[in-house]
Amino acid sequence: MKLTAAAGLAGTVSLYPGRRSFASADKELQLTVEAKRIVVDGVESDAIAIGDSVPAPTLRWREGDEVVVQVTNRLSEPTSIHWHGLLIQGVMDGAPGFNGYEAIGPGETYTYRFRLRQAGTYWYHSHSGLQEQQGMYGAIVIEPAGREPVRYDRDYVVVLSDHTQQNPMTVLRNLKSQEGYYNYGKRTLIDFFRQAERDGFNAALQDRLEWGDMRMDPTDLADVTGYAFLVNGRGPEDNWTGLFEPGERIRLRFINASAMSFFDVRIPDLPMTVIAADGQFVVPVQAHEFRFGVGETYDVIVRPQEDRAFTIMAEPIDRSGYARATLAPRPGMEAEIPPLRPRAILAMSDMNHGAMGMDHGTMGHGAMNHGPSGGGHAGHASMSHGTMNHAMPMQGSSGHGAHGTPAGHAMAAPVPADGAPPVGWDQVGTLPGEKALAYADLKAFARNADNREPGQEILVRLTGIMERYIWTLNGRKFEQGEPIRVAHGERVRIRYVNETMMAHPMHLHGMFVELENGESERRPLKHVVIVPPGKEVSVLLTADEPGDWPFHCHLMYHMASGMMTRFIVEQPTAKAGGKDRA
Amino acid sequence: MRKALERGLLGVGLMLAASGASMAADGHDMLFGSLLVDQLEHGWRDGQDTVEWKAQGWIGGDVEKLYLKTEGEYVRDDTVEKAEVQLLYSRMVADFWDVQAGIRHDFRPDDPSRTYAVFGFQGLAPYVIEVDASLFVSEKGDLSARFEAEHDILITQRLIAQPKLEVSAALQEVEELGIGSGLNDIELGFRVRYEITRKFAPYIGISWSRSLGKTADFARAEGEDADSLALLAGVRFAF
Repeated sequence: MKLTAAAGLAGTVSLYPGRRSFASADKELQLTVEAKRIVVDGVESDAIAIGDSVPAPTLRWREGDEVVVQVTNRLSEPTSIHWHGLLIQGVMDGAPGFNGYEAIGPGETYTYRFRLRQAGTYWYHSHSGLQEQQGMYGAIVIEPAGREPVRYDRDYVVVLSDHTQQNPMTVLRNLKSQEGYYNYGKRTLIDFFRQAERDGFNAALQDRLEWGDMRMDPTDLADVTGYAFLVNGRGPEDNWTGLFEPGERIRLRFINASAMSFFDVRIPDLPMTVIAADGQFVVPVQAHEFRFGVGETYDVIVRPQEDRAFTIMAEPIDRSGYARATLAPRPGMEAEIPPLRPRAILAMSDMNHGAMGMDHGTMGHGAMNHGPSGGGHAGHASMSHGTMNHAMPMQGSSGHGAHGTPAGHAMAAPVPADGAPPVGWDQVGTLPGEKALAYADLKAFARNADNREPGQEILVRLTGIMERYIWTLNGRKFEQGEPIRVAHGERVRIRYVNETMMAHPMHLHGMFVELENGESERRPLKHVVIVPPGKEVSVLLTADEPGDWPFHCHLMYHMASGMMTRFIVEQPTAKAGGKDRA
Repeated sequence: MRKALERGLLGVGLMLAASGASMAADGHDMLFGSLLVDQLEHGWRDGQDTVEWKAQGWIGGDVEKLYLKTEGEYVRDDTVEKAEVQLLYSRMVADFWDVQAGIRHDFRPDDPSRTYAVFGFQGLAPYVIEVDASLFVSEKGDLSARFEAEHDILITQRLIAQPKLEVSAALQEVEELGIGSGLNDIELGFRVRYEITRKFAPYIGISWSRSLGKTADFARAEGEDADSLALLAGVRFAF
């Protein structure tokens, strides 16, 4: 074992998750939130730990149980714990300023008490300030009350996260002070000459002028770099390892607990069967990789037959590093770490200025045209919104609800011999013959309970000003816009229109939404939905959980910059039900 | 002059003290601050070498900010010094634009000091050109204006060329300050910096400036050249 790995073992992350958490059989537990030094790949830095570890201990619970969690704050600032994805009474949801819940002050203890109304893989994290970035996240595994419908021999939680040596407040200040502060993948003069050689001087110049005219940067995939990417708190050197016997079925519960990082996750030579998304079972579907939004979870089954190690590889979409872990028959084994795939640059079609890209040849990079629309839900393309008419028949790949590659289409690796970067947010670089999971592939295992047509459509424009690092919903920062209000039990459609050039993982607390991905009665249930840059995605919702729920982009610095609103589901009283909601 | 500089430095110090961020109770009304010393440079030119600086700092939120801008020139043999400090209220009026208003005070050992009211706008023009344009009204009622534009060209991720244009003009002639009416000065700069970090970048460059019309006459009368070419070496840094 490498020295750095040994240091990691000696450090604070060592107990995770080789054993079941202390909460295994315990419906009552205490968690303390306190500052801590952690060691990642031999490098020590500041962190905030829940229950003395980063990630926080995995909470293993059983559906139907009532659990009591006493959280004590040993920081000098307020804190909170939010149970991400749980159906829960509002005040127990743990988002300060919502549902009458207040942050836990320094030295105080708050007692959460709630009954578990669901099974599956979820997670918990701070909902205060920027604490989540500092290590306040952990997994929740809820076993079903009845028989577990999936058979497996091993069960591992795989928590992906991004860790920075910098204080998150400094990160946010840098983002506010200088656009592109952390972007070291911008287009340079050298790139320009390469492009000119490839596409001709005029085309290259035209492309630059178009982006320049918009004052936008096509290389803006991730706002923050300099991260160490962790699996269960371990850096790539520390190499978290899960053991197996060849032939066993392993359930991997992937959780993207990053503050800011989308990942492309794969296990070379080991196809995955995706069995759940956001904690909810889906009809099993095979995939070689999936694009993983912040806050999402996927449960997969893998079945390694050979007596060899496999690398779990998670590349952030800006390819600024990687998270890596190993599945191996014996400790200390390693498999090859595949090279990072090319970093894509955004296409004009990733901008909401839709039509602009069409006639200027910026989409002419070949790799993009692959078959019919994967997303379905064509009915919304016509619901134009002035300039928002960007249905993009040309591109065809990722209309509504789909991301990654379209259903069933393996995409050729988009690395032309001339070294041009792949163009388009969804250009993952999936290997030939392999399949990337798309939203269109997700089919709920259980039929949807409510198939009423939505009574109203709620338009949520995802907006922002990258230059100033202001992020908004419908052009308004949190508490500056009107909350969204729906009646109890109302059936609504939420239509996201992403007018920015970043992807936003949109998270609604308290309820699952049904992703309109082309399925008619098995729409997958999600608590986070990725809305790719310049695209539209819609979801249906039965507003059956009264409360004052946070509704926000789960990119932490976006939320902190204002990309949040209140989603108010009125109480089921006659009085509230009769209110005019015009 | 010394006192003025001290005052300026005090202001910069306050900016620095405030440049940490603080978060209001609801977590969403955040105050930030930043200080950028864009140019701190030695210039080699015919006749006399100079040290010049140009810096701006701000403190505030997304919409409203308080800006401190300062620039000045120090000549090695102490014949000419000038320093300017602006304190501005800045308000976002469009995605890429702030309007600014406030006061400017000039310190000159050889000429009368002046205080001006300032109105301007600052922001990012299409093609990613940073623009800072100001209108000044002096305490004597004289009207003048200044326009600056610059653009970053990335040669590599860290090696960055920055062409820059600065033009000033005045409505009235102000002889005691050596200002003619009409276009006064034009300055073209080209600096190439290497960003060791985003917050620390040494650079080299050249700068060519020319006084025009009556301003040029005044300069010649003072024994100065109407145009001047300088080789520059300096450092750009931020907090």
